[in-house]
Amino acid sequence: MRKFLFRISALVFAISLVTPLLADNHQSILDKVKNRGKLVCGVHGGLPGFGFLGEDGKWSGFDADFGRAIAAAVLGDPDKVEFVPLNAAERFTALQTGEIDVLIRNTTWTLSRDAELSTDFTPPTFYDGQGFMLPKSLNIKSIKELAGASIGVTAGSTTELNLADTMRSLGIEFKPVVYADIDTLYSSYDAGRVDVVTSDKSQLVARRKDLKNPDDHVVLDVTISKEPLGPLTIHGDNKWNDAVSWVVYATFFAEEHNITQENVKTLKTDNPEIKRFLGESGEMGEKLGLPADWAKQIIMAVGNYGEIFERNLTPIGLPRGVNKPWTQGGLLYAMPFR
Amino acid sequence: MENLAFTQEVKPPNTQKGPVKWLKDNLFSTWYNSILTCLGLVILFFVFKSVFTWVFTQANWKVIPANLQILSIGSYPLEQIWRVSSVIYGLAVLLGLSAGIWNGLTRQITVAIGCIGAIILLLPFHISVREHALIANVIIAVCFAIGRDRDNWKRWVVIGWVLSFPWTMIMLHGFGADTVTTTNWGGLLLTLILAAIGILACFPLGVLLALGRRSQLPAIRWVSTIYIETVRGVPLITLLFMGSLLLPIFMPGDFQLDKVIRAMVVLTLFSAAYMAENVRGGLQAIPPGQVEAAQAVGLTYPKTMLFIDLPQALRSVIPAIVGQFIALFKDTSLVSVVGLLDLLGIGRSILGNPDWQGLQPEVYLFIAVIYFIFCYAMSFVSQKVEADLGIGKH
Repeated sequence: MRKFLFRISALVFAISLVTPLLADNHQSILDKVKNRGKLVCGVHGGLPGFGFLGEDGKWSGFDADFGRAIAAAVLGDPDKVEFVPLNAAERFTALQTGEIDVLIRNTTWTLSRDAELSTDFTPPTFYDGQGFMLPKSLNIKSIKELAGASIGVTAGSTTELNLADTMRSLGIEFKPVVYADIDTLYSSYDAGRVDVVTSDKSQLVARRKDLKNPDDHVVLDVTISKEPLGPLTIHGDNKWNDAVSWVVYATFFAEEHNITQENVKTLKTDNPEIKRFLGESGEMGEKLGLPADWAKQIIMAVGNYGEIFERNLTPIGLPRGVNKPWTQGGLLYAMPFR
Repeated sequence: MENLAFTQEVKPPNTQKGPVKWLKDNLFSTWYNSILTCLGLVILFFVFKSVFTWVFTQANWKVIPANLQILSIGSYPLEQIWRVSSVIYGLAVLLGLSAGIWNGLTRQITVAIGCIGAIILLLPFHISVREHALIANVIIAVCFAIGRDRDNWKRWVVIGWVLSFPWTMIMLHGFGADTVTTTNWGGLLLTLILAAIGILACFPLGVLLALGRRSQLPAIRWVSTIYIETVRGVPLITLLFMGSLLLPIFMPGDFQLDKVIRAMVVLTLFSAAYMAENVRGGLQAIPPGQVEAAQAVGLTYPKTMLFIDLPQALRSVIPAIVGQFIALFKDTSLVSVVGLLDLLGIGRSILGNPDWQGLQPEVYLFIAVIYFIFCYAMSFVSQKVEADLGIGKH
């Protein structure tokens, strides 16, 4: 009898250990954020223009502003967000374990990440792509003219593979010079040890400022890879993913319709779609599980996409490129607010 | 008279003194030494010249005062800064009182810390930082005067030190609605907290592990040995990644262990293994006669350890232990790899600010100087401890 009791209690103990692991929590992160009164957003610990700690101890940058936009939409206050700096390796774990609610950390949307990692992507907030930087004096305008050039690239990165693929498909002979470290790559380029340097365009542009004579160098107007960067949510939480996606669309929409941080408070319009956007009709917020004036809150807090871009990325010298509304020939396309 | 026969003419002792003599003896004693000296001077001249011209004319030092706030406290909210101040002042009171009550070592430690305060006071930091340093130093001085020779306060001050630790954590974290979560802790504040907790916790743990490894009980001995060897066989960075990547996956459901706490635990467990081996070295150096004598007078095992073995063992391994503490202090910079913004992590973040791009040399040099000040202070105190205990003399 005693043995039996022991076995039963051991079983109960084992079950009690396992149950919390199995217990599926159906509560959406959207509700958790509302209950908590605070959004937890994973960002880059120090990437020029995208995420860094400002002098006043507040997080700044393009990615951080999208975190604020989500907090403004969900909680009505852009300051109710806590930023967690993450490195490249731990960013997905942090999202999967629920340490952060949303990951906005320069993450490229790829098929394997979408399918294999338990993450869902939302519309990209920034379309980056691999490019080339070279001295103006070489007077090179196209990729074909790079034949025979020595091209600096960082080791083990997708940039290295993209470079090899592109050059092979174009049948161009070139001399790859591989560096283990980004800083060495650019200092070697500056010292003239390699003719050309290749990387994501946002990085090239940001790094050009640190060269001895930035004006003597140009970023070539070709892009050889696609790097769509955007926020990520955990896989399967559709309610939360919808909310984050529409926060991104709201910033696109506002730029399309010239709704800015300045005019959003006083805006009077007869346009039914803008009325729905501002929460004056249509109950768009309710459908997403957000307050009626969610989109208005976003624009009041951080402005439209163009304003976010100009505040964070224009100062580091990034051109808008394809990151402008589709109405101006860009890739930013907000789905209809209907 | 016979004695005279044995006396020899002895050269008078060399009475020549002064820098010229010293130079002649040490730097220009032979022709090749003279050449080496000249060569050395030329090299030193060029090194110092380039360093000095860079430090005083080319470097853009504006980046340091502009970012001093985040370098010292990270993103700790400014309206809660009184929490940090109250902790500093509380510790200053305890330090001053201890220096007054106890002589010798405590006083030297206090002087060392006071010197750090004075250095901060003299450097061109933001005025509020220097105010803090000044107030802290004044508090130390006043409490020193108050506490002088008040032996009956000893017990209260010891209790104060014991309570200072939970007090610090509670004050920094806050309570109720006003909490400052650990994600906001950063900069030197985080570095010091990680180091202090690591040092305080790894020491007793290390002593226990050392005793465990020498235990007569096989189970305890094996567990201790396996623990020590496993941890020493893995790099700290690997353990930190395990703490930040694997541990959260094993945690059930919504339960989340704080990132800072995970780093603290890993640092402590890692240092404890090394500490154990240092302590074991000291224990092995004690002649078995000591323990046998203790047993002969009827002391129990804990008493033998506490009063006979450990005091002698620890005394002889102070340099190794302090070396371990210094290593731990510097190892805290590795947490920047797992996304914590300690002093080094903040440095990287500053370099991500478009306003301060390309200022790697300035930022990293400043951080190196901070690390040097703290590590040298620790080393200085340990030398004083050794001198006080007369280690290496008798």
